[in-house]
Amino acid sequence: MIDYLLTEQQIMIRDLSRQITDEKIRPVAAEYDHSEKFPWDIMKIIAQSDLFGVYIEEQYGGMGGGILELCLVTEEFSRGCAGIAICYSASALGTYPIILAGSDQQKKKYLPAIAKGEKLAAFGLTEPAAGSDASALQTTAEKKGDHYILNGVKHFITNGGDAEIYTIVAMTDKSRGARGASIFIVEKGTPGFTFGKKEDKMGIRASSTRELIFNDCKVPAENLVGREGMGFISAMRTFDMSRPGIGAQAVGIAQGALDEAIKFAKQRKQFDKTVASFQGIQWMLADMATETEAARALVYASAREVGAGVKDVGVHSAMAKMYASDVAMKVTTNAVQICGGYGYMKEYPVEKYMRDAKITQIYEGTNQIQRNIIGMGLIRESSK
Amino acid sequence: MNIIVCIKQVPDTADIKLDGATKKLLREGIKGMINPFDMYAIEEGLRLKDKLGGKVTALTMGPSGAESALREAIALGCDEAVLLCDPAFAGSDTLATSYVLSCAIKKIKDYDIILCGKQALDGDTAHVGPGIAGHLDISQIVNVRKIQDIKEGSVSAQRMTEYGYDVLESQLPCLLTVVKDINVPRLPSLKGKMKAKSATISVWKAADIAAEEARIGLKGSATEVLKVTTPPARPQGKIFEGEGAVDGLVEALKGLMK
Amino acid sequence: MSTIAEYKGVWVLGEHRGGAIQPVTYELLGKARELADKLGVQVSCLLLGAGVKIQAQELIHRGADKVYVVDDPKIEHVLEEPYARIICDLIRKHRPEILLFAATSLCRSLASRVAVGLNVGLTGDCIGLDINPEDRCLLMTKPALGGTCMTTIVSRSHRPQMATVRPKAMKEAVCDGQRKGVVEILELQESFFISRAKVLEVVDETASTVNIMDANVIVSGGRAMAKAENFKMLEELAKVLNGAVGASRAAVDEGWIAYSHQVGQTGKTVCPKIYIACGISGQIQHLVGMQSSDTIIAINKDASAPIFKVANYGIVGDVFEVVPLLIKRFQ
Repeated sequence: MIDYLLTEQQIMIRDLSRQITDEKIRPVAAEYDHSEKFPWDIMKIIAQSDLFGVYIEEQYGGMGGGILELCLVTEEFSRGCAGIAICYSASALGTYPIILAGSDQQKKKYLPAIAKGEKLAAFGLTEPAAGSDASALQTTAEKKGDHYILNGVKHFITNGGDAEIYTIVAMTDKSRGARGASIFIVEKGTPGFTFGKKEDKMGIRASSTRELIFNDCKVPAENLVGREGMGFISAMRTFDMSRPGIGAQAVGIAQGALDEAIKFAKQRKQFDKTVASFQGIQWMLADMATETEAARALVYASAREVGAGVKDVGVHSAMAKMYASDVAMKVTTNAVQICGGYGYMKEYPVEKYMRDAKITQIYEGTNQIQRNIIGMGLIRESSK
Repeated sequence: MNIIVCIKQVPDTADIKLDGATKKLLREGIKGMINPFDMYAIEEGLRLKDKLGGKVTALTMGPSGAESALREAIALGCDEAVLLCDPAFAGSDTLATSYVLSCAIKKIKDYDIILCGKQALDGDTAHVGPGIAGHLDISQIVNVRKIQDIKEGSVSAQRMTEYGYDVLESQLPCLLTVVKDINVPRLPSLKGKMKAKSATISVWKAADIAAEEARIGLKGSATEVLKVTTPPARPQGKIFEGEGAVDGLVEALKGLMK
Repeated sequence: MSTIAEYKGVWVLGEHRGGAIQPVTYELLGKARELADKLGVQVSCLLLGAGVKIQAQELIHRGADKVYVVDDPKIEHVLEEPYARIICDLIRKHRPEILLFAATSLCRSLASRVAVGLNVGLTGDCIGLDINPEDRCLLMTKPALGGTCMTTIVSRSHRPQMATVRPKAMKEAVCDGQRKGVVEILELQESFFISRAKVLEVVDETASTVNIMDANVIVSGGRAMAKAENFKMLEELAKVLNGAVGASRAAVDEGWIAYSHQVGQTGKTVCPKIYIACGISGQIQHLVGMQSSDTIIAINKDASAPIFKVANYGIVGDVFEVVPLLIKRFQ
């Protein structure tokens, strides 16, 4: 791996995450993939090591780092299990609206528990009829006195049912289209807020994906994040922050698969030679390693930019997410290929990486949407 | 509750080397780790502190590199750390080692419980813990698999034996050596690691702990290694393959069982 | 101050349990006799406990010329403080040149406290003892560094020379019912029995926990066992082979079997006649606990597993296929 000249604290964070991955996550990855149980005991270990707060300001109980630190943790965890890693990073996704647009009061109320790992968060935007077309939201939030009444259904929500704190995007004014959406903090257990069944997924099976159902759910007005109508902007800014994190997850998956492929190729013998000695395999591994490193460099560079508060980070973070996830899919597919028949068997860890990689090309904005963002951004830039 | 945990930095299992002349373990410059049994001792000390309040001090005798083991202990949650480092300590056998550690503990003075791992994976003796208790003339309970209770002035614990376990009660101060069954060691926290980075580690020499020259190092050791031999490597084994594999193994086993 | 030459005699601390002398004592006496004959000195045995007086003759029959007995309910259980005090006092009075203990978990601790009390060296877990004819010193041989090497240790200027001896490493002394010796029952003052620790309860788990250190055959399971129920299969194989069940750290950490079965760096060190490693990869941390077994048999799916480097016999295969076949053949 290239020396990214991380600070001492960043190295500490990465090494601690690596230790947790090697000692606690790897041994149980296959079991959680099979059982789909929520990895509470791993969440507890992560909480005890102070890693839930790496991207939260110190004054709210965090460690004061930013997106790059979040990426370092996510990448290491993903090398062990992408499903467990997403439980951790999806909580950050759900927290970012509060960090970006929340009031000091809201931050004081919700961030400390999240930073300590006492509570998980989740982001509720996607609906059955509103995936890539996020503006087609149907969930409504009607103001009634000092409350808002939420009605609607969110689906495919990561950490749904297990998180305590939800940041929900709902329409406060349908007539204004995209400018009519607002974000609300809704806590688990609020009357009128229930969950649908847990989805049975191809990969990241340790994480829970559920429907959120709002039926005349009364939410106090003070839970509105920012102003009415700011929902979309806050959501898009949230995604700008979180895209490098998905990129990091993808890089971790790719690295994990690459490591397994190399390990296998070195010990598997055919035609009296190790598979690793075949030039064709070496070329495949060379491409896999180069692309993984390029993805990593792009993700870290984008994360640094976002963390430094640079304006207009959208295009670069879209590039990072898109490239890294495409690389992950390619690298994991080739890793299975290199492992041959063994690669296809569930007993070997490599097929899980391939199943886990796919979602990184889909969620938090499909790679097609990412290309839209990049394309439109380029054109906008060139007309200046 | 004042707790002292005695730890040892041992070579990472793969890196074991001996000094040709003294035939003692080469410790300088080798990548080290905290002796596995001592991790359980540190964890138990931290659990006692979590439950009863107080302070945990990590103590070790070793070359300057052993400081990293102490920083690890601080990252896990120990409050203070002391390194006993002096060329005069080098070459100590278990008699001299337990003497040096007991001198340091006497200097620390206030302690209720001393925790040690059962044995170190390089020496494999399990002598130092009981030796310290002997030098300090305090009570001891060895091979503890569970501390049942700590009350005013006494501790009760389960002592593992080959047949099961004994339940003992002892007055404080008491030295306990612990085995793996006792707990699951925690991982360091980020805050802990940052604290460990900037922590001040006390380094004491023989003079600082009033250790008599004649009782430390090679001079103070009562045993010496005469020679070291590596046992002959095990011969290449026979792998049974194919159709008759199990039959072949069964025949071999039957032959051995006669 | 006595000189080295004034120390004479080979002493052994007798181990007893449940009213009977433990076999390891006969092993110690056997070796003690051999050493004493080479030195031309006597063998004495210490017997401490409650209700142990009647065992003393047995020790004479096994080679002790003299037996010192301290019989008192206060020392029914091994407690380091009073035992060390009593032993140190006797050693100072009688000045033997060699003092041997069994390397059981409690005696290793006791021996260390005694050594500190007498300011002498202690060599632990010896598998070989001999006399150097040139200087009459005891040569103590023990495995070190996880069994990767053997070291021979001497204590030239301190007496007695103390060692703890690994059970089953020496041959038992033959029993000669006609042998005669002296039994001295000691009456000690109250102050000898002072102990700041006391035993509240003794819990026997031998029904559920075979002491794997005693077994001649160990069938051991690792990560490949996959779950607790699968250890039943290994229990069956152990049963038909008259052995015990062991485990790697991975299996114990998963909760599939109790820690008392763990073999390895943070578990027990065993050296049975036959060690059958089922689904154990053979990481160094496990090997250090069993690599001196007489014969090692490995069953593992992975041909490159390190266990095959130390195995005398092996099958590259699925434990769940091979073990049931083995059980059938030995039933």
